[in-house]
Order: sequence, then structure tokens, then C-alpha cells
Amino acid sequence: MYPEYMRKSIRKVEKTRPERLKLARSGKAIFPMMSAEERQEVLDKFHPDYKKDARKKVRIGPNKGDNITTEVVDQLEAYSRIKPDYFDLKNPDYETDVLVIGAGSAGFSASLLAAENGADVLLVTKLRIGDSNSMMAQGGIQASVRPDDNPVLHYLDVMGGGHFDNIPELVKALVAEAPDAIHWLQDLGVMFDRNEDGTMLTKPGGGTCRPRMHSARDYTGAAICRTIRDEVLNRPDKIKILEHQPAVELIKDENGNVAGAVLYHLENRNYYTVKAKAIIIATGGFGRLHVKGFETTNHYGATADGLVVAYRAGAKLLYMDSVQYHPTGAVYPPQILGFLCTEKLRGLGAQPVNKNGELFVHPLEPRDIEASAFIRECTERDLGIQTPGGQVGIWLDSPLIEKLSGPGTIKKNLPAMLRQFERFDVDITQDPILVYPTLHYQNGGIEINDHCETNVNGLFVAGEAAGGIHGRNRLMGNSQLDLIVFGRRAGIYAAEYAKKAKTGKLTLSHITEYDQEVKKIGIDRKHISPMVLPDYTPASVKERQYTTEYQGTLR
Amino acid sequence: MPKNVPMVKVYILGEGFDVPEGSTIIGALEYAGFQLTVGVGCREGFCGACATLYREKGDYKLQAGLACQTVVTDGMNIAQIPFVPAEKPIYDINKVDPDIEAFKTLYPTLFRCVGCNTCTKICPQDIEVMDYVQALIRGDVARAADLSFDCIRCGLCALRCPAEIVQYNAAILARRLTGKYLLPKSPDLEARVKEIAEGLYNNELEKLTTSNTETIKKRYYDREIKTG
Ligand SMILES: Cc1cc2nc3c(=O)[nH]c(=O)nc-3n(C[C@@H](O)[C@@H](O)[C@H](O)COP(=O)(O)OP(=O)(O)OC[C@H]3O[C@@H](n4cnc5c(N)ncnc54)[C@H](O)[C@@H]3O)c2cc1C
Ligand code: SF4
Ligand code: SF4
Ligand code: FES
Repeated sequence: MYPEYMRKSIRKVEKTRPERLKLARSGKAIFPMMSAEERQEVLDKFHPDYKKDARKKVRIGPNKGDNITTEVVDQLEAYSRIKPDYFDLKNPDYETDVLVIGAGSAGFSASLLAAENGADVLLVTKLRIGDSNSMMAQGGIQASVRPDDNPVLHYLDVMGGGHFDNIPELVKALVAEAPDAIHWLQDLGVMFDRNEDGTMLTKPGGGTCRPRMHSARDYTGAAICRTIRDEVLNRPDKIKILEHQPAVELIKDENGNVAGAVLYHLENRNYYTVKAKAIIIATGGFGRLHVKGFETTNHYGATADGLVVAYRAGAKLLYMDSVQYHPTGAVYPPQILGFLCTEKLRGLGAQPVNKNGELFVHPLEPRDIEASAFIRECTERDLGIQTPGGQVGIWLDSPLIEKLSGPGTIKKNLPAMLRQFERFDVDITQDPILVYPTLHYQNGGIEINDHCETNVNGLFVAGEAAGGIHGRNRLMGNSQLDLIVFGRRAGIYAAEYAKKAKTGKLTLSHITEYDQEVKKIGIDRKHISPMVLPDYTPASVKERQYTTEYQGTLR
Repeated sequence: MPKNVPMVKVYILGEGFDVPEGSTIIGALEYAGFQLTVGVGCREGFCGACATLYREKGDYKLQAGLACQTVVTDGMNIAQIPFVPAEKPIYDINKVDPDIEAFKTLYPTLFRCVGCNTCTKICPQDIEVMDYVQALIRGDVARAADLSFDCIRCGLCALRCPAEIVQYNAAILARRLTGKYLLPKSPDLEARVKEIAEGLYNNELEKLTTSNTETIKKRYYDREIKTG
């Protein structure tokens, strides 16, 4: 599958492999970890967040004056999709105690716990139920379970990974509830990998001081997400589900509390209104904004909708200046451009090497450092390999895994990866993989406290849409964990809130006001948000699709 | 997409469109100007939303695959299946035993399997679907869980099964029963959950949350790193 010129470079990788293998077997660090100063330098010079036009000042809303990722600002400084006057808010189409927006693992655990705490739940989602980033996580979920590990060490790792910007109370909740989250999931039937003696199989991840990554082969996210989805589906009396109906705006009441949402049915193009006592946003992240033109690992619906609607309703955002690029996105073959090559590959011993087969960075630095080092290798040092399509990448030497742990290790531990590449005729047990950083995760999000509350009454957030837990850089395995820990918390506290909430008259006046602000700063009426779906139609085709006016990306 | 890629013709809703060679079916649909609303999710082969039926040029066979993982060929005729309606019985996992009785009650259709192997042949994840159905019929729940582990619920097996079996829903039950009842419990996990509930780490965590960044930094850079 690899063209001959790439094969030539692969032969160099093969040549240095025995020496690198010896090093790995010796148990010594195969490459020195960077010092704090070296880390800062490589970040400043090569991380995409630090590029001149990566951020700009947002001019309206609760974070006015803050520097935020440019592509996000463009979503925030836009008009609403809807005309508030069109809606008869006296007769909402649905009524519920708790409205959960988004059906990934955060939305599911929130729905389950809200229902268990007595609330009637309406779960609405943009794609098919469960089709989400949660389903795609391969590598693992962290929890300090081993005897030589503990929540305190976990706490330190989370803080260090997040550049010490994390909100302490959130980190505390995360690490202290981690083992219980695993326990809960196992009790619901997640088949976590175990050793023969029953102890949990744990692997190291980037930035962890102990092997703390729990997995379910390399379908960890799927194993978790589909199990809790099944549980959600088993409770039709308490949890009602609406698919393909993204929330495109929140509704408030006359007292300024959130009190519902406007949904847009992607198929029949109807708008529907929901009245709710409490709302949980679990819409995930923003990979499909393709920040700085990067490819992404994210699912089709990851377009920051939750952030946008919450922001219009007055919720504050945190750390929206920081973007996570996963170091190892596939760059070849072209059909899988941007796809995730799980960090577990490196956890199992795969080493990143340049076109000459030389190691140039420790394989398990925190993600932003690792990604920056890859970019440095491909740009300043010019030691990357170019694909026929014009992308550059470095090799991730996956065959080492089998050399280290025996033949069959990849098939057993990384079946998804193996299959993914096999589909396009690359055998990762024999040949290395060409990788480059890919847009992976929204480090920041809507600001919450440890009850998942925002600064807007009645509005709760869980999962990737929330900000503060991971500071400015999330470590592998802590997202899968936060979905469960904060998903459950959001469910509990939202149900509690709903019991006491008295909803006043519904209104969309905040939309009207926000639109006026947008107009004041001179934005073209064509800019509307949330984006809902990304646009992959080639320009030449689009020219033939213009009617009199073409607005946004959803036709 | 690199410049000057050769094009191939694919047929969508019966009409021909020129698309770049090497495109996946999803890529081809989008290149032709279709905006996908349903029948798409992860775009990486993990969610099973994009089940698609197609016929290749000159071939009578109806084939199936994931639209995000299947590369188009010249003359391919494509139809997306956005949704496979399927039965899903309701149960309380705490009250289901991990044995054959569960499947007799909740998925009686399983026992109608005629062994035609259509499900295995169509599975885009190369799962031995018929084998896991047979394992369930034998009451070997753990085996079915293991064999079906990589299922992404695309629905293609159920779509083509002549016995109207919903293999993938039965499989999730098998996996849940295995995860909950059949795999050994981890003593470490039980012990740690107990320790935390008893408040063993409360003091130190409390101290950390109130320490200044310098203290945390020092402890972070001083911590011992174990990788094995
Ligand atoms: C390929 C990949 C691999 C990963 N691997 C790991 C890993 O190994 N370990 C780890 O810890 N983390 C991993 N992550 C991070 C991952 O865990 C998170 O991205 C996480 O799953 C987010 O979960 P969520 O529930 O917050 O959002 P999602 O799972 O993305 O769910 C969001 C949901 O909201 C819906 N939605 C979006 N907009 C709207 C709207 N307007 N209205 C209604 N619904 C809406 C979507 O349809 C979807 O159902 C990975 C991520 C990716 C993409
Ligand atoms: S077992 Fe059935 S539902 Fe699962 S992946 Fe295979 S064909 Fe799809
Ligand atoms: S397609 Fe249906 S009947 Fe045929 S082997 Fe599979 S489960 Fe049995
Ligand atoms: S879109 Fe998820 S499997 Fe194809």
C-alpha cells in the first residue's frame, strides 16, 4: 500500500528498530522526558494555539474581551437560526422535568441519574442515539485502582497535564469518584479488561505517573457508551428520547432561569419547543469546526452547538483559548486522514520516529507537548515524510508492540486499529503508521462548579461541553472518566433542582437582544449559529445550489 | 483531496455523479452535493450509523458496508440505509440471570436461526455473527459476548436475516451479563472503592485543593513515575 519512496523511509525505520527495541526492553527511559523549560519552549514555538491568528477577542456576551479560539469566536459572534416571534411559547410541544441535550456517555449517565432521582427526562440528540465522540474512544478510562496508585497521585497528574489551570474542586471530584465510576459501569455490564486473577488490566498513558488506564480492548468508549445506552433504553417510562432533533436555542423564563429549548428536526425541518425545569447540556466538543484547518477525530455533529446556545443564554465559558490536538492522527492512506491512532499504541510500546528512523521525543509526554514535538520534527527540522496528497507525518513504529509483548498482542489489544488500517491494506503489525497531530478535544467549555451548575439558573453541563476539569490540556482517559463522574452529578443535581423549580413565563427575548448585539458589531446577516452540521460540499457544487440566499451550512 | 485525481462514476438514487477515485461512499455523496443528515455519525467506523447497500458494476450481488469505510468503485450503485427498525425488549439487568433462560424469554427469535450464515457474510466488522447466535442458543453467554465484542450496531445482520433475528441487540445483553456476572470481580477495585467511601484520602485531597500552585507544581515534578 505504501508507495516506494515511503518504503525507503520504512527500511530506515526497520534498521534502527533492533536498537530501539533493546532500549525499550532494558526498562530505561527510551528518550529523556522534557524539562519544564523545554516543554514551554516547544509549546510556544510549535503548538497551533500559540500561532498569531489562533485567538481573537470576543466582542459580545459574557466573555466579552476574552481571547478565544478564532473559529469559536466566529460561532459566538453570529445571529440565531430562529426568529423568536415565530414561536408560541404558551403551548410547548413537550414538557419535562429535566431536558438532557446530547446522547453521548455524559448525556446517558446524566439521564440515568436524573431518572433515578425522580425526574422525568427528555433526552434529545442531533444524530442517532449514541452516535457521538463517546462511542469512538479507544484507549481507556482512568481511575486509580492499583494498590501502588491512589487518588492523590491521580490528582497531581491531572493538574500537571492541565498546566495547573484546572479548577481544584472539579479535579477532586473527578479523582475521588473515579474508582466508583468504574465500579458503576462494571455493575451495569461493561466488560473491562481484566487479568487472569481478576485484577484490572491497567496501562500507562501520556502524563500519568502510574499505569491507570482501564480499557475494554480498544473499544473502550463503545463498550461504555453502548452499555449505558442500553440501560437508558430500558427505562422508557422515565426517559423519553428524540433523535435527529438538535437543540438550536435555549428558552428562558421571565426570571432569567433556563426553562426549555427549541429543537430543529433535521429530517422534516420542523421546529419544536420544549418546556423544562432544568437543562443539562451534554453536546460534546467542537472538532468539526476544523480549527486552523486541522483534520479531526471527532464525529460529524461536534460543532460546538451547546456552547453557542448556552452563551446566548448568558453562560460563561472557560479556557476557550485552548485546543487539544491529538499527536497521532492518521495521515495515510487518504481515506482515513485525521482518524485517531489511539494513544494506547504508544502505551503498548509503539515509538514515534522521523523519516530516518530516529527517536526524537519520549512517546508519553502530555499530548500538547507530544503534538508540538511532532510538528517541530515536520516543520523546523524537516524530518517528516510527505504523502502524495501533500500532508506530512512521522512514523509511529507499531510493529515494536508485537516485538515487545509477543505476536498477537495487536490483534488482542488493538482490534479496532488493526481493522481500520487493514481496510485500506496496511498491516500495522508489520509496518509503521504515518501520523500527524489532529484536532481532538475541546479543553475548555462552559464554566461549571462541582454540582455541574453554571452561572445561569437551571442550566447544568456535563462532559466535553464543560470547562475547568482538565485545565488547558486533558490527559488521555480522563474524559471518559469525567463523562461518568460529572454526567452522574449533573443528573443528580438537575433532578434535585427540578423538584424545587418554579418556572415563570417562557421567553426568547435573550435571543432578540443577542441578535441586536451581533448587529451592532456589524456582522453580516449570513452568519448564523449554531452550525449544527459541518459543510463538506465542494465550492463548484455549491455554486449550483444557490437559491436567492444561502445561509449558514444547513440548507 | 489532491489535485488531478482520476474520477469514477457512481450512481446515487439512480443518477450518475463523477467523484474522485479513492473516495469513501460518504465522501462521494458529499462531493456530489448531498448534505447528510441521517446515516452518518462518527465517520470512523465506530458507530454503525452509515450502513449502506450497493451493487458493483456488472455484478448481480447486493453488497453492504459502512459508508465511511467503503471506497467507491467505478459504476457503483449506492443506497444508504439510515435506520433499521429493530425490536428491543425492556429488562432490568439486575433481575436477568446470565444463562439460556434469559435469551429464551427476551429473544425467542434467536432459536429460529436456520444457520444460513448471511449475517456473518454481511458484517462489516468481520464478526462471526452466526457463531455468536449459535453460542446464545447453546446458552454460552460469555462466548457470545467475546465473539460479538466488536459489534457497532450497524443493523446489517438483522436487515438480511431470513429469520428476523435482531442479533446485535441480543449481543449487547450477552455482553452486559458477562461484564456484570461472569467476569471475575477485581479485589483491588472493591478495596479502593471502600477506602474512598471511608474517607481515607479526604484529608490529603482537601489539602491539595487548597494548596497554592507552587506546592502542587513541586509535588508534581517530584512524583515518582512507574510505567509497569
Ligand atoms: C476518536 C476519539 C477517541 C477518544 N479516545 C478517548 C480515550 O481513549 N479516553 C478518553 O478519556 N477520552 C477519549 N476521547 C475523548 C472523548 O471521551 C470525549 O470526546 C467524550 O466522549 C465526549 O463525550 P460527551 O458525552 O461530552 O460528548 P459526545 O460523546 O460527543 O456526545 C455529544 C452528543 O451531543 C449531540 N449533540 C451535539 N450537538 C447537539 C445539539 N445541538 N442538540 C442535541 N444534541 C446535540 C451529539 O449528537 C452527541 O450525541 C476520544 C475522543 C475521540 C473523538
Ligand atoms: S454484528 Fe450485525 S450489527 Fe454488529 S457490526 Fe456486524 S452486522 Fe453490524
Ligand atoms: S442470518 Fe439469521 S438465520 Fe442466518 S445464520 Fe444469521 S442469525 Fe441465523
Ligand atoms: S459513520 Fe460511524 S460507522 Fe460510519
